Amino acid sequence: MSNKEKHWEKTKGLMIITLIIWFVFGYLIFMFGSDLNTSSFMGYPLAYYMCAQGSIIAFVVLIFWFANRQEKIDEEFGFTEKEDD
Amino acid sequence: MFKGNFIDNLPKIYGTYTGGFIVFIILMAIAEQAGMTAKTIGILFVAFTVCIYALIGYLSRTVQVDAYYVAGRQVPTVFNGMATAADWMSGASFVAMAGGIYFGGYTYMAFLVGWTGGYVLVSSLLAPYLRKFGCYTVPDFIGTRYGGNFARFCAVVVLTLASFTYVTAQINATGTIASRALSIPFELGVWVGLVSILLCSMLGGMRAVTWTQVAQYIVLIIAYLIPVFWISNKSGFGFFPHFMLGEEVARLGALESQFGLVKNAAADIKAAGVPGGLKSIAVSHAGVPEGGMAAWKFISLALCMMVGTASLPHILMRYFTTPSVKAARKSVAWSLFFIALLYTSAPMLATLSKISLIDPNLPTGIIGKPIAEIMQIEWVNAWINVKQAFIADFNGDGILQLNEWFMRGDVVVLATPEVAGLPYVISGLVAAGGMAAAMSTADGLILAIANALSHDIYYKIIDPKADVRKRLLVARALLIVIGAAGAYIASMRITSILGAVAWAFDFAMSGLFFPLILGVWWKRATRQGAIAGMIAGLASGTAYLIYVYPKFMGNAPWLGIDHLRFGIIGASVCLVVMVVVSLMTEEPDKATQQMVDEVRVPSGKTILGKQH
Repeated sequence: MSNKEKHWEKTKGLMIITLIIWFVFGYLIFMFGSDLNTSSFMGYPLAYYMCAQGSIIAFVVLIFWFANRQEKIDEEFGFTEKEDD
Repeated sequence: MFKGNFIDNLPKIYGTYTGGFIVFIILMAIAEQAGMTAKTIGILFVAFTVCIYALIGYLSRTVQVDAYYVAGRQVPTVFNGMATAADWMSGASFVAMAGGIYFGGYTYMAFLVGWTGGYVLVSSLLAPYLRKFGCYTVPDFIGTRYGGNFARFCAVVVLTLASFTYVTAQINATGTIASRALSIPFELGVWVGLVSILLCSMLGGMRAVTWTQVAQYIVLIIAYLIPVFWISNKSGFGFFPHFMLGEEVARLGALESQFGLVKNAAADIKAAGVPGGLKSIAVSHAGVPEGGMAAWKFISLALCMMVGTASLPHILMRYFTTPSVKAARKSVAWSLFFIALLYTSAPMLATLSKISLIDPNLPTGIIGKPIAEIMQIEWVNAWINVKQAFIADFNGDGILQLNEWFMRGDVVVLATPEVAGLPYVISGLVAAGGMAAAMSTADGLILAIANALSHDIYYKIIDPKADVRKRLLVARALLIVIGAAGAYIASMRITSILGAVAWAFDFAMSGLFFPLILGVWWKRATRQGAIAGMIAGLASGTAYLIYVYPKFMGNAPWLGIDHLRFGIIGASVCLVVMVVVSLMTEEPDKATQQMVDEVRVPSGKTILGKQH
């Protein structure tokens, strides 16, 4: 496998992990909304909290994490951009 | 005043600007104490901020193609994040979102999840690759990846349809705010709004829009957060509302069962003469509706908004302006961070507003009190007079019940400061914030359409030999034409703000989502497949919309997929058709496959030249 192909394999792997986490916070937990709401977090019913703040914060953290991981992958295979432009 | 080049000085420039804006707010507060009227304060807030944006627009004028289309590709990560956040958060987000939560509770909050989760798709599937491609517009990518003018043309059609549905709602919002703040008729307000929008984008294209959007983000976030924190503190709900409103949410649940959530019969509402668009609370604030169908409705709405986000050209094109692929990825994260500041505050504002109104133990509470007494309250009177609020004593007991108090969703953002007894300067600030939110989104949308028409239709298809001067002239003329068309339609008041906004997402996902991501992620995707997918997706989505929308054919939705969710049909059809047709046709040639390989790595030259 060429360097480019290996890089793409790893990139694809990261994409899939990212989308699995995205699916959990965007969909999976809301399939059980009424069950979640029986517990609470900081005094808020949990399902309410997750759509008011929890999932949104999870998405922000997820994208920062993804960007850092992808930079590492690019570095590993020598595809980092030069700092000229 | 500043040494060195403009980009290096950005933190200083916008720091000074923010300081200046805060000084302006303080001056207005002092003027209010000195007896300046509420009306003058409102006018000054809107006029002052709009003049600043126009000045930035003028200073950013340009005669270069890459500055006009992609801001010279030198917008730093964090600033592009702010600009995207302003581009993203529309008049609807600013004015209507808290109101939506106020009336729709948990069910409505699917929009919050949907309008943020989409950025995960943008960062992992699209933004870095489109940046590496080096396109000026979204159809530029489709046209080059799949080849041929017809594919390009189809992408322009989807882009125009999606963005135009969205832009009329934005111009409508600028018109509403301008008319209220400047006390002019709505129809005139729409045109005043349009002129302000064009002042920001006309001379400098993407460069001007970028720097005004950063300025608009600062105004809108200050205008949203100050009232939320102030109200929470003043009314004693907690110093940091986001972490401290748990008790209030629980109290709302108790009050809901005490008063009872009654859904008024349509006939009663009509008989009482409730003005159109006004609602009473009939849905639980934090309660989750039982059953699989309710969960599916929540998830399907979130899905449409997320996939739509990742297909909306005015958002994707913001990531063409960063200096590198790496910066494009980081910039998506910053965008969502800046968006989250407002989105996580909207439910808090809705909670504050609701508890202030419906808790009879609070001095601001109106539910459960005698109607004659409530009619004496100044703000109640003012909003009833402009038909934004209404009282209908259905049971004739002279006491205001929860289902007897009607108001428009926008009132939550616009009136809560007044209800909590904040000075008028805050209401002026909120008007300026709403104006900034609507203007920044309208600018991004109008520019997306005008750029696609001028670059992809005029330059790439009609007259490839046109010189730079002529191209930019056409681009500017198109800005005016599209803006005027949007303003004209807005002045006719066809749909409510939110219906139209959700539709834009559905149109975009029906026609563009799969052609965009498969263009990067599936080498086998062919021109014929993409064209067939775009046409079939858009056509089936639109047909389904006509089939279910109550004002068109009004048939029963299939599996709960109503007119807000028609993109699910469109995008599914698009995917199937695109894959089947691609597999039936010959695989793309060597050059195209190499191009896709090249897009997948960040290093090296962009596919399209710096100027093209």
